[in-house]
Amino acid sequence: MTMRIGVVTFPGSLDDGDAARAVRLAGAEAVRLWHGDADLHGVDAVVLPGGFSYGDALRCGAIARFAPVMETVADAARGGLPVLGICNGFQILCEAHLLPGALTRNQHLHFRNRDQHLRIGSTSTAWTGQFTADQEILIPVKNGEGCFVADARTLDELAAEGRVVARYVRGNPNGSQRDIAAITNEAGNVVGIMPHPEHAVEALTGPSLDGLGFFASVLHTLAGAPASSR
Amino acid sequence: MARVVVDVMLKPEILDPQGQAVANALPRLGVTDVTSVRIGRRIEIDFDGEPDLDRAREIADKLLANPVIEDFTVSLAEVPAETA
Repeated sequence: MTMRIGVVTFPGSLDDGDAARAVRLAGAEAVRLWHGDADLHGVDAVVLPGGFSYGDALRCGAIARFAPVMETVADAARGGLPVLGICNGFQILCEAHLLPGALTRNQHLHFRNRDQHLRIGSTSTAWTGQFTADQEILIPVKNGEGCFVADARTLDELAAEGRVVARYVRGNPNGSQRDIAAITNEAGNVVGIMPHPEHAVEALTGPSLDGLGFFASVLHTLAGAPASSR
Repeated sequence: MARVVVDVMLKPEILDPQGQAVANALPRLGVTDVTSVRIGRRIEIDFDGEPDLDRAREIADKLLANPVIEDFTVSLAEVPAETA
């Protein structure tokens, strides 16, 4: 059966189209979800895409957190639904307290847009099972507020529990503490990543095909999970 | 009309690159005795009836500030007669 992966569109989302495309290239059906609709339409997983939801008013992700769709996504995520937040989606997951920490202005105050090397730190999440431990990947990063911060205890916990999903290598683009590019929740079903796997799925437009691994991983996870847990 | 003011500041341990950029620009104005600049946000909330500090605190905690990185204070303010 073809897996159905929801991609949420908020007012100001930019990368929902690319995320849906990545889902299709990975072999699943992309289901477009609307911020104002609390119904997840029975999808097997959800992607919160990049962009500037609600114009980044107040703080990135602060308003989107209260969108009707997010209340359902948050409940489903606590119940085990795989959720991937990319860039603005990562910011929304932190604002919704589904992930610890926060994303703040890049330390150097410049928007960074470049291809970025990452090292995969955890292959036991719903979204990274198809990578190998310590694998280096190359995907685009593009953000103005991607500097991950958390208190020292949270940072220590994330490291000790293997919840740092990816770190920046060969240069930290935004000043993120401990070079953190992606983290996961305790259960491993919710992942937030600042760089953009959905922009690295085709040779024509991306620096690599490494981004496909995230989408292939969740399909593998879903195929292995008993239907009752979804 | 009743106005409540919410002041939001980054926690002291969180780096404020905007404040640093401003501090670094001050010598160009001839100001050389400033050791630190930190930038926050002031939010004015006008209630229909009596000012409700408890609700303002709840609004601040849930939406206006991110308690992971920011502190806030809530206070009552006078609304100038001509704008009320």
